[in-house]
Amino acid sequence: MPTPVITATDLVKRFGDFDAVKGISFEVAPGESFGLLGPNGAGKSTTMRMVGAVSPRTGGELSILGLDPNRYGPEIRSQLGVVPQSDNLDVELPVLQNLIVYGRYFGLPRALVKQRAGELLEFAQLTDKAKTKIDDLSGGMKRRLTIARALINDPRILLLDEPTTGLDPQARHILWDRLFRLKEQGTTLVLTTHYMDEAEQLCDRLVVVDKGQIMAEGSPASLIRRYSSREVVELRFGSARNASAAEQLAGVGERIEVLPDRVLIYADDGERALEAVRGRGLEAITSLVRRSSLEDVFLRLTGRSLIE
Amino acid sequence: MSAVEASVRAEGRSSRWLGSVFAGNPGAVMSRSWLATRSTNWLVVASGFLEPVLYLLSLGVGLGTLIGTVDTGGRQVSYAAFIAPALLATSAMNGAVMDSTFNVFFKLNFGKLYEGMLATPLGPLDVALGEILMALLRGALYGLAFMGVMAAVGLTLSWTALLALPALLIIAFGFASLGMGVVSFMKTFTQLDWIFFVLLPMFLLSSTFFPITVYPPAVRIVIECLPLWHGIELVRGLTTGVITPALLWHVVYFAGMVAVGLVLATTRLKALFLK
Ligand SMILES: Nc1ncnc2c1ncn2[C@@H]1O[C@H](COP(=O)(O)OP(=O)(O)O)[C@@H](O)[C@H]1O
Ligand SMILES: [Mg+2]
Repeated sequence: MPTPVITATDLVKRFGDFDAVKGISFEVAPGESFGLLGPNGAGKSTTMRMVGAVSPRTGGELSILGLDPNRYGPEIRSQLGVVPQSDNLDVELPVLQNLIVYGRYFGLPRALVKQRAGELLEFAQLTDKAKTKIDDLSGGMKRRLTIARALINDPRILLLDEPTTGLDPQARHILWDRLFRLKEQGTTLVLTTHYMDEAEQLCDRLVVVDKGQIMAEGSPASLIRRYSSREVVELRFGSARNASAAEQLAGVGERIEVLPDRVLIYADDGERALEAVRGRGLEAITSLVRRSSLEDVFLRLTGRSLIE
Repeated sequence: MSAVEASVRAEGRSSRWLGSVFAGNPGAVMSRSWLATRSTNWLVVASGFLEPVLYLLSLGVGLGTLIGTVDTGGRQVSYAAFIAPALLATSAMNGAVMDSTFNVFFKLNFGKLYEGMLATPLGPLDVALGEILMALLRGALYGLAFMGVMAAVGLTLSWTALLALPALLIIAFGFASLGMGVVSFMKTFTQLDWIFFVLLPMFLLSSTFFPITVYPPAVRIVIECLPLWHGIELVRGLTTGVITPALLWHVVYFAGMVAVGLVLATTRLKALFLK
């Protein structure tokens, strides 16, 4: 494996007497697309801020591009592109100037910044909005502009904290398409998300985080293979009946999970499991056979679902 | 060894505390402010400048005819020439404080501008210095315009009045720094009001409208600790041509004010945004 661009070892972050990150370790290789998947409050943003050299760690070791962020903050930040969880565009400046002014923060020459800003507006599909005020942009446009802004210094690592949270499905797909292009061009991406579909689409490798700790690590496919069956049967009997129905289903499939709104049966062959359910004389209000996803991995690891 | 690591080594930067809070690029913060001045409320800017001019006309010219001359450092000058330098120093203060408190207060508490800046190589000292230098410019601009008015009505009594220009820069620098340093601790509008609660009596009492010799010694000591008094004495010495070594102490006072303000603002930005 080539020298990692990020190495975190037993990384800890404490706020007062609360441990937001409790000793996590991971490495990111150059060109890799690496994800932190976990529910709200897992410590994803806190980790990203430490990696972004804007939050000093409480304990452990951290090396970004071979440098310690405690000592080389400005040097590290000059090589990063950062898309924070909530947009922090400069609302006093129009779209194009947001990019140019931001580029100047990196000490880059004006001519270079202007040229890149034009190209990045193209990339973000915002060329016709160059003179628009930030407040007049839609949520998806703001997000794309924030990503364009993060690329103004041609960063070696792009950090994306929940890039599509709060966007409608169409805006999300446009954004995924842009991020996929960056990935194809070999940009190193580090992203956090609590959407399993986003993680599956964009991450080569990910860690599942919960309560400040890493629960599992691997590619989306390998995690699903390791922690879940091939298929899942989702059954809804109505919230009052789910638990009692599940009792009668004991032994069907490999494993059964009971959630407040549905019962999940994990099995390699979903259709056969569904037949077995019917064989026991149980009729669900709705039933569905689907492939296992990272959502199931998370449920298996923590006993909770990702989005509560 | 990565390319970045190599370049860092080659540069041999070893002053780590400064290195971690300063990237040597406050100019980028200044030019951003300059571009953002488009959204400035010019009426507020104009009123900040007009206030001392109105004082000069009403009190200096109006009241001045009743008062006649005033003794300053052994020299008799007209009342208008006595208060004009005080108002000059005050206008530099107004410009600097207005910019470094109101504007910065909003950015600190409501905007996310600084968060965005600090994710780049810029450090808190770049941000603080950039904002302070912009405030300084505004203060200096007010001062310059006011000095134009003074010269036009014949209230600059000596060639040393030219030295009042760099003096204005120093005064504005001091007030801008301390202003940002103090406001970075404020969370509410009530606290912001306190600044003006302090500025008004300081303006009225700092030997602006009458010589400090009218006060009993105890009060005098208090007044002589106030920054505006130092600013006024400095400018008054220069515009009336009463040059004494004491002027140097005023400069030292402002240098201290700049240092305290910069350290406060930098420390506070670090505590707020880099936690
Ligand atoms: N500045 C802070 N002060 C105190 N607690 C914080 C701070 N930032 C985050 N936390 C806490 O740390 C935990 C992890 O937060 P965060 O990293 O934002 O989670 P995530 O991004 O995974 O949703 C949360 O419980 C949050 O309340
Ligand atoms: Mg978060």
